[in-house]
Amino acid sequence: MFEVAVLSLFITMVLVLFRLIAGPTLYDRVLAVNTFGTCTVLFIGASGFLFERPEFLDIALIYALINFVGTLAILKFFRYRALGDQPNIKDNRENAQ
Amino acid sequence: MSIFDIVISGLSWISIVSGSIFLIIGATGIIRFPDFWSRLHAAAIVDSAGAGLLLFGMALQAGLTFVTVKLVLIGVFLLITGPTATHAVANAAFVSGSRPLGDKSGKPVVPADVIDPPLPPEMPTNLSEDLTSKT
Repeated sequence: MFEVAVLSLFITMVLVLFRLIAGPTLYDRVLAVNTFGTCTVLFIGASGFLFERPEFLDIALIYALINFVGTLAILKFFRYRALGDQPNIKDNRENAQ
Repeated sequence: MSIFDIVISGLSWISIVSGSIFLIIGATGIIRFPDFWSRLHAAAIVDSAGAGLLLFGMALQAGLTFVTVKLVLIGVFLLITGPTATHAVANAAFVSGSRPLGDKSGKPVVPADVIDPPLPPEMPTNLSEDLTSKT
């Protein structure tokens, strides 16, 4: 049964990858990356069951943490154009005006 | 093989297969939906139904072992971080000026006076004002 899970996760990841490449805006791509990361966590867990190596679940847990922090870091970077504190950061709309 | 094992195995089969179906439904929605705001719903299907059912099926397969504890940890973590990340993406898109498409008559869903919402109080904006006023 884990073959079914791994196969459907693979199909899902390929479809999400199309949206990631074709996404018209930045936020479509960020959403696709987030979904792709969730699918990767499940893929690592399911393949751990498939190959009977449950230690893969530790890797899946770490990947979930990294995925969340990465999404927030991308969003913060594109909102403020920096990841740390910078003195001359204005809001995006003020820059556009 | 007792009746209990058969029931557990069947439940796990049903969970994993229906979770896989939900995953493919969500991915199809991400491909096919017309704008960003409707694609959020399809991504939420992958995050909630697909991940939840797959993890539930795997936990039933593993039984009462340490593997189940790890699976529950992954599930709780995805349950916390998934809506948070989706909210962050949606809020960033809204602040950047993206709006949902209207219905078929072309009328916008969001009224016109919500087009320019007030920004939430955030750290770097205040910081930049303080530092630029000194210099």
